Amino acid sequence: MPLAVEVESITKHFATKMALDDVSFNIEAGEVLALLGPNGAGKTTLIRILSTLLTPDRGHARIAGLDVQGDAKKVRSLIGLAGQYASVDELLTGRENLELIGILYHLDKREYQRRAQAALERMSLTDAGDQQVKTYSGGMRRRLDLAASLIGQSPVLFLDEPTTGLDPRTRNDLWQFIKDLVADGATVLLTTQYMEEAEHLANDIIVLNAGRVVAQGTADQLKEELGGDVLEVRVAKHADLERAADLVTEFGTAPPRLNHDLDQFNIPIQDGVKALIAAGRALDDGGIDLVDLGIRRPSLDEVFLSLTGEGSAQSTAKPETPPTRGTHD
Amino acid sequence: MTDLAHERLLSQPIALTPRLALRDLKGITKRNLLRIIRTPQLLFMTIVQPVIVLLLFRYVLGGAIRIPGVNYVDFVIPGIFLEAVLLGGMTTALALAQDLQMGMIDRFRSLPMARSAFLAGRTLADLCRSLFALIFIIGVGVLAGFRFHNSVGACLGGVGLIILFGYSFTWVYAAVGLAVKDPQTAQLAAILPMFILFFASSALVPVATMPGWLQSFARNQPATLVINSVRALFEGGPVFHNLWQAVAWCVGIFIVFFFVSLNLYRKAVA
Ligand SMILES: Nc1ncnc2c1ncn2[C@@H]1O[C@H](COP(=O)(O)OP(=O)(O)OP(=O)(O)O)[C@@H](O)[C@H]1O
Ligand SMILES: [Mg+2]
Repeated sequence: MPLAVEVESITKHFATKMALDDVSFNIEAGEVLALLGPNGAGKTTLIRILSTLLTPDRGHARIAGLDVQGDAKKVRSLIGLAGQYASVDELLTGRENLELIGILYHLDKREYQRRAQAALERMSLTDAGDQQVKTYSGGMRRRLDLAASLIGQSPVLFLDEPTTGLDPRTRNDLWQFIKDLVADGATVLLTTQYMEEAEHLANDIIVLNAGRVVAQGTADQLKEELGGDVLEVRVAKHADLERAADLVTEFGTAPPRLNHDLDQFNIPIQDGVKALIAAGRALDDGGIDLVDLGIRRPSLDEVFLSLTGEGSAQSTAKPETPPTRGTHD
Repeated sequence: MTDLAHERLLSQPIALTPRLALRDLKGITKRNLLRIIRTPQLLFMTIVQPVIVLLLFRYVLGGAIRIPGVNYVDFVIPGIFLEAVLLGGMTTALALAQDLQMGMIDRFRSLPMARSAFLAGRTLADLCRSLFALIFIIGVGVLAGFRFHNSVGACLGGVGLIILFGYSFTWVYAAVGLAVKDPQTAQLAAILPMFILFFASSALVPVATMPGWLQSFARNQPATLVINSVRALFEGGPVFHNLWQAVAWCVGIFIVFFFVSLNLYRKAVA
């Protein structure tokens, strides 16, 4: 069985700028992979290479086992692309836009008309379907653009920041929609700036920074790579604070950080609940009165910032390539 | 779920047959015709401008220009036709630069459609617009005293030559639009060759009245050859030599710029 998407040591530079530096990953059929990264990380460049629009300097990419350069023609009939900026014809109506794409996917007339109508309905554009796109709002254009990329019912979809500029309700709706697509057997590569979106939709997340893969894994794995959970303890009596901290130090992966004003400390731990119970027992045995005891995950934003920020901690996924370059373009 | 995904992944792609390529061409041409119809201002400008030049030369400046043996309006009309088709080509450059900037070209290039159909569909739509403009200008010309003096076949041949010239140049403009990428610049870049070809030709005055250094250019450039042929076809008179050269120019320009444009399209990055 071929992989849906194979990316092998792809490198691409523009003038002096390294847009992609030795990027490799695979996507299994039926999976969703989220490409996460700050502005200028190289997300769009990668999508453009995979959708046959740009040739890499080095490396190979295959869709369903077909080389994106050598077999570009066949590859194009397997992919659907929604670029970062809505590319729909302002002077055509929504329906005309969709039907044209249907023609160019070589569907017969009945079929493209049916799919255009269904897509308009699914994207809540039925009322505006026969108006020129120039009268659409930004979010409506975005939805039409997504609809256009789905007309071919392609097995592999590339969605470049599909939910940027959508209101929260439409975004949720779109998330559900992407899940439906996957249930129907689509393989999806999407880029996003939102960790939450990646976690919600993707089986696998790749964090890209300055053209390099700085981490790969599920949302939970990424959080763990960053140092697992944080144990938070708040004591009833200020006098107990230091003794309590000493009691749990052995369960942590780093020394506890004390906050004397709040009678509280927190300490990074590795295996969540186990450490929590052990710490709870030790504190109880030590006769410490607790106000609060709990674990929390590092926030998604903390993970993202730490992976892509300047001088960030090395990731276990690719320890030999700590991100050192700035992230601005 | 993954079985379904595998099955979909292995579905055989539809091969691109000539029949499907023609369907692509039809779809793209229709899209561009709709775009032309829905920007009537632009259509209007590309028709009104040559009409103004025609009226200007017919009624204001033409009186001062004496061409032995021919009415000035009959003399000037082939040049006006030529200006109309060149001006039409300018909108090709503009439209392609817009498509590039709006990301439309990215979308089309990621589809399994025939690549040449995208450009051919644009140029064919522009050809239709040029035809429409020519019919309108012939109408105005007749009101201003223009008459065909030759056989129907020869006159149709003359109009056909203008159309061939216009269509060939549309491909030049396609290349210009794709090369400069920015709609405003595309418009300006397209005006330049039009001015040179139109004014430094036999369109408005006989080449013999120009300074010597300009004559050698004006006499041999394609616009002059086309205009001279069309004049002869409309008026009667010896036609063969100019016509042969004019057609050769048109075909040559078409072939060269077809491939230049296609190549630019393949690599187009906004
Ligand atoms: N056509 C181009 N010419 C020159 N440089 C380019 C070009 N396209 C991209 N770049 C550069 O390559 C780098 C990666 O750009 P890319 O658009 O892939 O980033 P991105 O991750 O999609 O960013 P964003 O989140 O802002 O969309 C950037 O530094 C950008 O300036
Ligand atoms: Mg981008």
